[in-house]
Amino acid sequence: MLLRSVDDSQINTVFPNTFEEYKKWDKEKDELPPEEVYRALFEELAYGDKIQVGRALTRMNYSKSGWKSLIKKTSRAIKKAVKKDELPDNYKEFLIEANDKWADPSYWYAMGQMVNNQTSIYYWNAIDRTFDEELNVVQQEENRRVYVATWIKTLKVSIYVTIFCLILGFPVAHLLANLPLRYSNLLMIFVLLPFWTSLLVRTTAWIVMLQQKGVINGVLVWLGVLNDDGRIAMVYNETGTLIAMTQILLPFMILPLYSVMRVIPKSHMRAAQNLGAKPAMAFWRVYLPQTIPGMSAGGLLVFVLAIGYFITPELVGGKDGKLIGSWIAYHLKTTLNWGLTAALGAILLGFMLIFYWLYNKIVGIDNIKLG
Amino acid sequence: MALPSYASPIQRTYYYAYLFFCAVVFFFLVAPLIAIVPISFSVSPFMVFTEGMLAWPPDPEAWSLRWYRNMIGDCSAEVVSSTVPCSTKWMVGTVNSFYIGIISTAIATALGTMAALGLSRPHMPYKPLIMSILISPMIVPLIITAAGMFFFYARINLVYTFTGVILAHVALATPFVVITVTATLVGFDMNMVKAAQSLGAKPLRTFFKVIMPLILPGIISGALFAFITSFDEVVIVMFMASIDQLTIPKQMWAGIRQEISPVILCMATCLVILSIVLLTTVELLRRRSERLRGIKAR
Repeated sequence: MLLRSVDDSQINTVFPNTFEEYKKWDKEKDELPPEEVYRALFEELAYGDKIQVGRALTRMNYSKSGWKSLIKKTSRAIKKAVKKDELPDNYKEFLIEANDKWADPSYWYAMGQMVNNQTSIYYWNAIDRTFDEELNVVQQEENRRVYVATWIKTLKVSIYVTIFCLILGFPVAHLLANLPLRYSNLLMIFVLLPFWTSLLVRTTAWIVMLQQKGVINGVLVWLGVLNDDGRIAMVYNETGTLIAMTQILLPFMILPLYSVMRVIPKSHMRAAQNLGAKPAMAFWRVYLPQTIPGMSAGGLLVFVLAIGYFITPELVGGKDGKLIGSWIAYHLKTTLNWGLTAALGAILLGFMLIFYWLYNKIVGIDNIKLG
Repeated sequence: MALPSYASPIQRTYYYAYLFFCAVVFFFLVAPLIAIVPISFSVSPFMVFTEGMLAWPPDPEAWSLRWYRNMIGDCSAEVVSSTVPCSTKWMVGTVNSFYIGIISTAIATALGTMAALGLSRPHMPYKPLIMSILISPMIVPLIITAAGMFFFYARINLVYTFTGVILAHVALATPFVVITVTATLVGFDMNMVKAAQSLGAKPLRTFFKVIMPLILPGIISGALFAFITSFDEVVIVMFMASIDQLTIPKQMWAGIRQEISPVILCMATCLVILSIVLLTTVELLRRRSERLRGIKAR
């Protein structure tokens, strides 16, 4: 996958001679490339494999839109000429005559991005940057910038989910850890049941709960909190994503917290209060510091899982709840822009590895427990 | 941890607020799962509590099994509704899900147990590195694993085949087996292996006669984890499977995206029941394993 994200060799197998000649072109001296480049391009379009050319065209369109139609029109003209056996004397004039865009240097500059076997364009695309004519990195046009915003949103949602899970999970883990084993084993079922239930089932359940005519809105209307027209839109937006993801990831927070709290001796709190600390003080100074390993383990686990989440945001999130995972899936399945897919994936993987390393440092990877 | 009798009123208030908060969180965790069960028995093609269902005494007209009959492929007139398509897709999906799940569980359990046995030897070189690699499919986001596998399997012509899907699920499920079996091996007395071998048992015989009976609870709960992982998996199936490898999660995904119908809730209810069964089994096994180890320690 990492190779795929920088791979640009496909197009090089289609236009090898053109690119060879292209590299000799001195951009300072001539405005347009020399005759040899036009000649090589002509020949490669005339005798190249049609399917391979088609694939290359898709790639060319990523760097500048308009390539596809330009090449298609040109190669039609070329094929016609070849059929009639009228090879032109001046290839440059012929191509410019076939389509005057060949006289536009901006297309030729864009070709410069493709002459090498490796490219970093997908990575730049993944953070809304692209190459300009001199191969400098610049911002994408305003209406094509989506990824930076999505990255930020993904991080934001993950952080929120982690915080919510911590707030909701801490008291519950505390209760479970301090109750006698008989009761806590019983209550543990409430935590483990969602953990074992299919992700899709939970997501569906949240859609049923949160939709406009759903259970929660129904109860609120019935209680008279809302009137019938004032039903809140809670699903297919960011709120829905947050609620559903918090519930889905909450067990991952409670379980590590629970296993840490279980072994904290209860006598510590009593001792602190005996020494004159108020309950709040004793909790803050004595109990909380001892739970930090659990909190960091749970927090990292939830954060790492949330950042790569795809199913729930895609189904519950609607249009503005889309996270980076949705884009990866979109490019893999729909646009078939696999270079960009791989680049987005590689960046996400980079993030993960950092957190994974942190997790290993703090908790140790061998300590992962299930159930 | 009841409150001491000398607690002040403020402490009492805090304590009850804390209990209330915990109750709310528990409710938050299970309410959605419970809410879908009655709705799946509704007559109405919309996923809501109808007035008839809330009426008291219960109105038998409002309840029905029509969506369950739809799910098992019964498309007779009283079952079919104009908004809900009827097909055998759910049953095909169930068969495929069990097929893929069982085969990949079997492979993953065998591989995972062997890996765990090797990793818990005291002299295993590069142990942390191997462990991290083995566990990585659990930590790396599924979407990345799926994309990577798609590129890799496309090169060796395994996409859109059962083999490809099963292999991918094996890769995903193995870490769960490794973790659970490693956990059971923590209390395992390696001297027993030596004893068996000094009495003349070959390694294979040692494994089946001595090691396996003792770590069996760990192996089974690992296998159950592996099964639920494969059974519940949708991302990889979405990318790597064609229409021939339709599974329950894939069908649910398609259902939620296109025509959201109570049939999905029927399947969801069945899956909740399945997860309750699995959860109980794992819990019983865990207790049994603890008991076994308790006896050993004495």
